[in-house]
Amino acid sequence: MSLLETSVSLALSAPGAGPAAAGGVASVGWLLIALPLLGAAVLLLGGRATDRWGPLLAVALSWGSFVVGAAITVQLVGHAPEERALQLPLWDWMSVGSIDMSAGLLIDPLSMAFVLLITFVGSLIHVYSLGYMEHDPDRRRFFAYLNLFVAAMLILVLADSYVLLFVGWEGVGLASYLLIGFWNHNPAYATAANKAFIVNRIGDFGLIIAMALMVAHLGALDYATVHGQAGNLSGGTLTAIGLLLLLGACGKSAQFPLQSWLGDAMAGPTPVSALIHAATMVTAGVYLVARSQAIYDLTPDARLAVAVVGAVTLLYGAIVGCAKDDIKKALAASTMSQIGYMMLAVGLGPLGYAYAIFHLLTHGFFKAGMFLGAGSVMHGMDDRVDMRRFGALSGTMRITWLTFGAGWLAIIGFPFFSGWWSKDHIIEAAFSAEGWQGWVFGSVALLGAGITAFYMSRLFFMTFHGKARWHDDAHPHESPLTMTVPMVVLAVGSVLLGVLLYPTGVLTSWLDPVFGHVEGAEPAIPLLAIQLSVFVLMVAGVALAWWMYWRDEVPVTAPAGSVATRAARRDLFQDDANEVFVRVPGEAVMTGLVTGERDVVHGGLVGGTVRSVSGLSSLLRRTQSGFVRSYAMTMLAGVVAVLGAMWVMQ
Amino acid sequence: MTDFPWLTTLLLVPVVGAAVVALLPRGFARAREVALGFSLLTLLVAFGTLGSFAGSEGGFQLTETYPWIPQFGVSFALGVDGLGMAMILLGTILVPVCLVAAWEDVPAAGRRQQSYFAWMLLLEAFMVGVFAATDVFLFYVFFEAMLVPVYFLIGQFGGPDRARAAMTFLLYSLAGGLIMLVAVIALYLQGPGGSDGFLLERLTGLQIGGTTEALLFLGFFIAFAIKAPLWPVHTWLPLAASESRPATAVLLVGVLDKVGTFGMLRFCLRLFPEASQWATPVVITLAVISVLYGAVLAVGQTDMLRLIAYTSVSHFGFIILGIFAMTQVSGTGASLYMVNHGFTTAALFLIAGMLIARGGSREIAAYGGWQRVTPVIAGSLLVAGLSGLSLPGLNSFVSEFMVIVGSFQRYPVAAVIAALGVILAAVYILLWYKKVATGPLPEAHPAGAATARDMSMREKVVVAPLIAAFLALGFYPRPVIDLLEPAIQSTLQEVGVSEPVPAAEGSDR
Repeated sequence: MSLLETSVSLALSAPGAGPAAAGGVASVGWLLIALPLLGAAVLLLGGRATDRWGPLLAVALSWGSFVVGAAITVQLVGHAPEERALQLPLWDWMSVGSIDMSAGLLIDPLSMAFVLLITFVGSLIHVYSLGYMEHDPDRRRFFAYLNLFVAAMLILVLADSYVLLFVGWEGVGLASYLLIGFWNHNPAYATAANKAFIVNRIGDFGLIIAMALMVAHLGALDYATVHGQAGNLSGGTLTAIGLLLLLGACGKSAQFPLQSWLGDAMAGPTPVSALIHAATMVTAGVYLVARSQAIYDLTPDARLAVAVVGAVTLLYGAIVGCAKDDIKKALAASTMSQIGYMMLAVGLGPLGYAYAIFHLLTHGFFKAGMFLGAGSVMHGMDDRVDMRRFGALSGTMRITWLTFGAGWLAIIGFPFFSGWWSKDHIIEAAFSAEGWQGWVFGSVALLGAGITAFYMSRLFFMTFHGKARWHDDAHPHESPLTMTVPMVVLAVGSVLLGVLLYPTGVLTSWLDPVFGHVEGAEPAIPLLAIQLSVFVLMVAGVALAWWMYWRDEVPVTAPAGSVATRAARRDLFQDDANEVFVRVPGEAVMTGLVTGERDVVHGGLVGGTVRSVSGLSSLLRRTQSGFVRSYAMTMLAGVVAVLGAMWVMQ
Repeated sequence: MTDFPWLTTLLLVPVVGAAVVALLPRGFARAREVALGFSLLTLLVAFGTLGSFAGSEGGFQLTETYPWIPQFGVSFALGVDGLGMAMILLGTILVPVCLVAAWEDVPAAGRRQQSYFAWMLLLEAFMVGVFAATDVFLFYVFFEAMLVPVYFLIGQFGGPDRARAAMTFLLYSLAGGLIMLVAVIALYLQGPGGSDGFLLERLTGLQIGGTTEALLFLGFFIAFAIKAPLWPVHTWLPLAASESRPATAVLLVGVLDKVGTFGMLRFCLRLFPEASQWATPVVITLAVISVLYGAVLAVGQTDMLRLIAYTSVSHFGFIILGIFAMTQVSGTGASLYMVNHGFTTAALFLIAGMLIARGGSREIAAYGGWQRVTPVIAGSLLVAGLSGLSLPGLNSFVSEFMVIVGSFQRYPVAAVIAALGVILAAVYILLWYKKVATGPLPEAHPAGAATARDMSMREKVVVAPLIAAFLALGFYPRPVIDLLEPAIQSTLQEVGVSEPVPAAEGSDR
């Protein structure tokens, strides 16, 4: 393992010279960000005047950004693999002293993989929103925020330094806040938005301190310097940076212990859940770790922490997903769990980076597809989300059923669907980790696959199969074309993306220049055994779900359930823990300080002084006519008078 | 034009303006326009001053020295370095904004409106003076003189509890001022004396040392800490700010309080370098306490204006941390924060003022759902709040980031604890916004809400330049950094601290 590490880091540092200056289409790479940013500005500042055409402009600009991204990708393909990293300096942002803090873009295979995912899936969801938000009076604002999100997310992945990444990082946080709270006249939704932002800020705190460490020890924040000189840092510093970056990643990617905001974030309109809280933003943590591989490669402790967080979250999300009856919350739990897989993969180091990104891409398609499907179901069912009141929708919503089915097969890892390619590789990589880690991470990943198959099948069967358990006034109907077409496109991706990217070698050859090439290490148990176990567990999960939620009657009100079920329903007490350990003591401190300031300080010390001066003045009032005011003013006037006299006397 | 007395002109224009506005005949209908005209003229002169200012140099420029009271060694000496220039620009930009914001504050009947606007212009003049004075005694005079217009602006035009607020403000400031007066005179006695013995250049590099220097440092520092305000001498601020008119609060918190941090940089660090380093551990501790204490108290406020005041206590903590961490990055960040905080606080106070003008209450609980009532005001409040919580892309982030990162170079523990303020900032801003703007309209709603108009054109004129400043300083703070960096550099040289070098630690693997 250590030998492998050395060779990889050598391969990475060998090219020596940093990224080349961007030419061709890449020289206008800033357009990627500028186009959606322009859309957001026009829609927000244009006011009601843009109501009619604003949403269409937003859609067009998002696609425009995709076209630029595709053109740059084509340009990169034309370069030799090791020359596919381009630097696009923009302006000197906030350099001070000897510390260079310029703004610039890094266009490389990793960032472009994200750019294509964000702009393509993002644009599809823009189109979908035309239908989904058609009757919302504030749809202009909605599209403005969507464009703002795309711009911020592109800043995040294209930045060439940690500090510019942070602009995108908090920018997507803002967009997420605005969109979760889009219907914030509902106080619960406003609270959900606040929760998302504030929990993310805890992670951002970690990121800020990580950057402070980089500045203190390396005097730089740009990737080239930080990653190039990471080897000069002491082990302790590296581990600290790694753990702090992980804290940031946990916030953004809803990983344990900062996962609690994601479920509530489903308050946002469903297209938002699909784009931000499934396909793109929540994977930013994975991006951060992958981008910082030069640091993590040098600190096995921090990397192990990443893997542990991923493993814990993948089980956590899967368990919670088994108990949720709200279709969006079940999907949110599944997102947490799937990102757990990606985190686990990046935590495995060079073995897993490429597969993490692979799973991130396929997940971006199939999870976005399923969320849009859920939105379509809600559209047809009067915005209801309780799956116990669904059932048998396969007949009335055929396109939704088929496209959702493609996503379902992909996520449970049905052979040859997209998710099968990417998830199986993560499980195999997990088994390949050194020593006990291989056994533990491998088993967790394997177990997670079985549970995933169960809860996703439960979701699919409860919604589309079994008996209809609709409310009396429900008239399910298929959604309009603006919604179904994006669903179909994403479903095609759910089926084909894996087979297009992996067996063809496209994925590995594209990402190798970034991550270095690693020959498949030997798993702890034979490959065939892993693949068979995954398959068997998957079939078992589906079968159990079929037994319980298709064959058997599903009660319309949730049964009390076992202790475990109730715990999972309460998200394994995440909010209760936050309440007890954070909010209650925090509020106690705050109340104590507020009271203290009012009573002790104002009442005692300061109030006392003011009162005693007042008292003194009322004493004087008998002889002189003074108010406190005039007393004090006399003092001041005296000073001024003395000064004036001095001036005159000179 | 290099010989043109820019700074004296800058000082005189608002004085003349104040006199003209005050002496306008009773019932003159255009007093506000006249005042605004003078403030805009002052702004023009300020830009002219900037034009004659050579940015890259560290020392004082545009200096003018006239003997004033030579018997006592007092000169009328003006001059600015990059920091003074930046603060003067901040003040002269904010005054016209505040005048427009205060347009409807006082009814035109009688002379009240005239005196309100005249006091503001006089305040502007003293503001210029205090940031441009290069004679320590002259600085002291302006420092004390500022109290007069503020006292009347709060005491005569403020909220219901204005008398007590003005009194508390005055007592605090006088207490600090008197301590400083003693220190000013004692400092003169340490210097070479003579007819220009109060000039800053005569008093710099004295190498006083020992207890004397420490006491002199304290004399200045206490006055500045009260003004700044630093925990635990901050308690006058929430009262004064909440009883002020929003426009007064802006000038008080956004500009005048900066005299405290400005004074620390200019006087404490430069005149008493040894004592400054001696006091650093305590000052940094107090600064970090301010950051967290102000933030926690802000979360717990029920009055919007008090909330904003406590956010300022927190932000001033950051500024003082950056000053006393004494690195190039933290010092530049702190001085940039002084500029940024001015714009952010201005927006927060003025937009809160717009809400209060409609909702009729400072109590946060009296609001709710105002995003539906006045969407533009609510949106502007959110933007101002995001600047307050240092969202990257907006002004405050740049400076707060520099302060944290720069302070970390020398005091990592303090920087990490202070950075917790970043989390609390999200809490106090977003909870406030949630209570005011989101949710349904409260049932027992003030009569104002049903009929409240959204932002008027005049109010847009107030908000637009502030938000423009957020974005400009957020994405391209370069010109301001270029202005401030040399001033910080020469200050740090004066103190004699060496910049921490990011040393490669050497691999231990």
